[in-house]
Amino acid sequence: MDRETLLKIDFRLLCDEFPFTKDFFESQGLPIPEGSVAEFVANLSEEKLEDLGIEPDEFIESFVAFVDAVGSLTEKTSKIDSLRIIGGQNKFGEAEDIDIEIKAGEIICIVGPTGSGKSRLLADIEWMAMGDTPTKRHIKINGNDADKSWRFSPEHKPVAQLSQNMNFVMDLSAKEFVLIHAESRFVTKPEEKVDLIIEKANELAGEKFDADTPVTALSGGQSRALMIADTAFLSKSPIVLIDEIENAGIDRKKALELLVGEEKIVLMSTHDPILALMGDKRLVIKNGGVSKIIETSEAEQANLTGLQELDKKLNDLRNRIRNGETLETI
Amino acid sequence: MRFVTVSGPPSSGKTSVILKTIEALTQSGMKSGVVKFDCLYTDDDKLYEAKGIPVKKGLSGALCPDHYFVSNVSESFEWGKKQGVDILISESAGLCNRCSPHIKEILAVCVIDNLSGINTPKKIGPMLKSADIVIITKGDIVSQAEREVFASRVAAVNPKASIMHVNGITGQGAFELSTLFADEETETDTLNGKSLRFSMPSALCSYCLGEKRIGAEYQMGNVRKMDVDNG
Repeated sequence: MDRETLLKIDFRLLCDEFPFTKDFFESQGLPIPEGSVAEFVANLSEEKLEDLGIEPDEFIESFVAFVDAVGSLTEKTSKIDSLRIIGGQNKFGEAEDIDIEIKAGEIICIVGPTGSGKSRLLADIEWMAMGDTPTKRHIKINGNDADKSWRFSPEHKPVAQLSQNMNFVMDLSAKEFVLIHAESRFVTKPEEKVDLIIEKANELAGEKFDADTPVTALSGGQSRALMIADTAFLSKSPIVLIDEIENAGIDRKKALELLVGEEKIVLMSTHDPILALMGDKRLVIKNGGVSKIIETSEAEQANLTGLQELDKKLNDLRNRIRNGETLETI
Repeated sequence: MRFVTVSGPPSSGKTSVILKTIEALTQSGMKSGVVKFDCLYTDDDKLYEAKGIPVKKGLSGALCPDHYFVSNVSESFEWGKKQGVDILISESAGLCNRCSPHIKEILAVCVIDNLSGINTPKKIGPMLKSADIVIITKGDIVSQAEREVFASRVAAVNPKASIMHVNGITGQGAFELSTLFADEETETDTLNGKSLRFSMPSALCSYCLGEKRIGAEYQMGNVRKMDVDNG
């Protein structure tokens, strides 16, 4: 729809085609226009405009920009099939000799001591660096430089970040929480998504939870499970960055499978041997640069089974403690 | 000299964001200065001084802080030129969410934080709506879903802005922000003759002039009444 039509068409007709246009008026605390948007703005009183804190021309520009932005959000966004990291330099200005391509569905672990430059690598990916960051790295999406405007638009944010912090500020039930998120992403059938996410989160969580449980009452494991399922199905971002998945109350293998199954690229900062071996490759960071790339070998993968048995054993012991049993024989 | 207005609600992280951004600007060889506007008290100038950043502090005291800002911004700009800085950043808190220090043709930044509640973007007036860049802070404290919801609420009230997440503690995102501050297009010689993006409120009533007593008979000038009988 061109700008002219957008502003002149009866708002009810506009809503039929683009239901989200109502949200613009709601978010500004305004009633739904009767007649066209142009008429609506022309009829706003001086007092109302002053309360809104916006000039009429600016209001119209904002509306047009909103329709553009949300329009591009509801369209199928271009998929990321591959992410290529071309090395720059480390803290000492020495060349970082890497050129790695990561494909959708791959899990890459990032390892290195605190302060080694893990966050900068993740920031470079998020910013889609083009040799213009302190590390001089280049990030290519599907083989090309990314569109620079993507850097600033939330709808094109390529990276979703799952931090260790799983605090919630909103005081809502799990269901309402996911619904608000779904609505802010303008998905077509938000209720269906919500049911799916709660169901999948419960498959990951050690202890099941009800859709009506307040998010603030969820356990650490349940919160992580909810956020992972939410990211898998609601986040548009094709790259997921995980800062360690704590080994409590969540099936980590299933969690990773869920994300990868949605054709996402998973980058995980971890020092946990089981998670590290679940990854396809490990990037070793030292002095601000990637110093080595380790591919998970067959021998390592063979050890994974043993590690998982150990892990299961510990988990069982944990459960026995929880249930008030003793550990005189283990 | 380039000039940038940074505003945002109290405690949203303005000073931390500016400090980290100046660090990045310094690394790319640019000298920055700060004018800090506040109401009754601020210690933030010491934080800037400690980093060797030229800083000027202005306290509005009994005056409306935003009116105080606009009455002093041109002189502050001249002060910045004398300090020989490449970029001067003004920092001011939006106290009633109604005024905004943003000036036409001058880069305008609004800082708001994820903890302030998802309805906050609706409540903030021109300070947020007319900003070129909106910085969202404290993202490390909330979940990914909340970050996305909050950013989309910001985008709904200011769809034209560049929205960025900056972490004032680790500085993540500050380098990226600094590249926007360094943008050549914001170069300017004087603020004289420039115009605010939005008028400041037309409040001139008896209380502005020192009246303390409550009651309709003491109220004069620009007074607006709530409709308490209907709805």
